[in-house]
Amino acid sequence: MQLVFNKPESLTVNPFTYCPGCSHGIAHRLVGEVIDEMQLREKIVGVSTIGCSVRCWRNFDFDIVQGAHGRGMAVATGLKRALPDQVIFTYQGDGDLAAIGMGETIHAAVRGEAITVVFINNAVFGATGGQLAPTTLPGQWTSTYPKGRDVSWTGSPINMSEILAGLPATTYIAREALTTPKNVLRAKKYMRKAFEAQTLHGGFGLVELLGSCPVNLKLKPVEALNWVEKNMIPQYPLGEFKDTGKEAAS
Amino acid sequence: MMKGNEAIGEAAIRAGCRFYFGYPITPQNELLEYMARKLPEVGGCFLQSESELAGASMLYGAAAAGKRVMTSSSSPGISLMQETVSYLASAELPAVIVNISRGSPGLGRITPAQSDYNQATKGGGHGDYNILVFAPASVQEMMDLTMLAYELSDQYRIPAMILGDGIVGQMMESVVLPEPVETIPEKSWAACGCQGRERNLVISAPFTDEDLIDLNRRLQEKYRVIIEREQRAEMIHTEDAEFIFVAFGIVSRLAHSVVDSLREKGCKVGMIRPQTLWPFPDDAFNRIPRAKGVLVVEMNEGQMLIDVRLALNGRVPVRHYGRGGGWVPSPDSIEAEMLKLMEEVEKNAVSL
Ligand SMILES: Cc1ncc(C[n+]2csc(CCOP(=O)(O)OP(=O)(O)O)c2C)c(N)n1
Ligand code: SF4
Repeated sequence: MQLVFNKPESLTVNPFTYCPGCSHGIAHRLVGEVIDEMQLREKIVGVSTIGCSVRCWRNFDFDIVQGAHGRGMAVATGLKRALPDQVIFTYQGDGDLAAIGMGETIHAAVRGEAITVVFINNAVFGATGGQLAPTTLPGQWTSTYPKGRDVSWTGSPINMSEILAGLPATTYIAREALTTPKNVLRAKKYMRKAFEAQTLHGGFGLVELLGSCPVNLKLKPVEALNWVEKNMIPQYPLGEFKDTGKEAAS
Repeated sequence: MMKGNEAIGEAAIRAGCRFYFGYPITPQNELLEYMARKLPEVGGCFLQSESELAGASMLYGAAAAGKRVMTSSSSPGISLMQETVSYLASAELPAVIVNISRGSPGLGRITPAQSDYNQATKGGGHGDYNILVFAPASVQEMMDLTMLAYELSDQYRIPAMILGDGIVGQMMESVVLPEPVETIPEKSWAACGCQGRERNLVISAPFTDEDLIDLNRRLQEKYRVIIEREQRAEMIHTEDAEFIFVAFGIVSRLAHSVVDSLREKGCKVGMIRPQTLWPFPDDAFNRIPRAKGVLVVEMNEGQMLIDVRLALNGRVPVRHYGRGGGWVPSPDSIEAEMLKLMEEVEKNAVSL
């Protein structure tokens, strides 16, 4: 019998503990596959941050350092400066990266730290029960704004990829949605390029993955993915925003 | 001759520290700038962070990679670092943090003070934890205690703090340079890529409730061992002293001069000078057999005072002389306070 589908070596046998239909599981699987394919498992150090993925070290089978809420890229900076020959990445939610960790995020990008960032944008604080995130859409229900996000009171959603692409020291920035098989395959391609920004070009690479949090959207898993397609993509257009590696090569 | 702040930097480099992250604040900028100049010369890394929050997290990352690391700041910046100090404690990471402290809550001013004693010795951040706290009183001790801080921090996998003030940080004294450390202990737990071994996890919170309780137990057991083995204090004329000063850091220098002048006048006075503030040198207080009165002199409103009272447990009357906010006592005023205590004790008029 031929084995055609197996778990990546970079993932443990521990089951995912996410809710049904949660996009973190797909994102983890992509991280595992990309690290396997790039043969990085033995030279990678991951930074787990605070959010639903706080215990991603249960699922990733390589060295992990757990950072404080929002400080992922500062921890990754310390690691990369200490281990310039190793590959360092962070796995962060939108609350972690764009709310409490905005300072660390912007400054790591300003410095062009040679790290890779896997950024899960699910438009909500998942772990704490569905409160407003900086990425929450106008009108979207959250537990802290049950009448929907009123932009005159809480401001408008923030497009991190566009902002980070505008900073001179970043190398690769792209956004994809974990909604359809086609998109997931493209997300994997972008993720690989975000790692290559570090391994080939010594630069800052980030892939933003639009994902669903069905529990806090109060939708069934499939409906939640449709919601992402219909509502998030118009606010957060997909594609590669910056690829200086490619520009340098051509 | 060397400035106190620079002496810490030189000692750190001699101890094998190659990674410094920090954010400017007076009165410790000489240390940050010393590291900025010297680390590149020895193949190390200096990085000015965007805040103390970020700088401390960078320190955490480099410590998790198994390196000897340093950050430094002064009181308001140290408050911001407490998030990471708590994480360092739970992840059991060695790191050296320097606080050249200011007085007063809030912004304070750059005048010297010892008002961060409680924050330093009672954990500082959230959770049941302690860190090693060293209190240098001279430029030489800035060096020696920094060397020791790295050694013990690695040995016990616990963060360590050098707690100084604007005077010890800024003063110039001659020093004997410590020998550079040749080999830094192997850190088999470091997260640096899992080639040829099982993966390493440097995590703050384990997966299960039971594991978290176990972690806390383990930390307490480690603290118990440290309390037993690592208390340090200088004892000055304590064998026969009837009246004893307790003072740490810069103010102990002033109190020492008062001990000398009172001894010349025939008074049996002495001093306990804690060099470790955590673990607090409780044992020293069991070695003052003739004590009739203790005067705690601090540049704060009475913080170490509480630890002294606990150590003595009511055996000897304790008085406090101190102010916060950047006040430095004169030797004459310290002497006058001691004479007052002596008189009250002789008249049996002192309350505990
Ligand atoms: C300093 C601090 N503040 C608040 C929290 C509580 N908290 C944990 S996760 C989180 C938000 C997580 O949201 P996000 O980063 O979007 O990740 P998700 O859970 O959606 O995957 C918050 C507020 C914390 N752990 N630490
Ligand atoms: S709360 Fe949302 S983000 Fe968290 S595991 Fe559940 S679905 Fe995923």
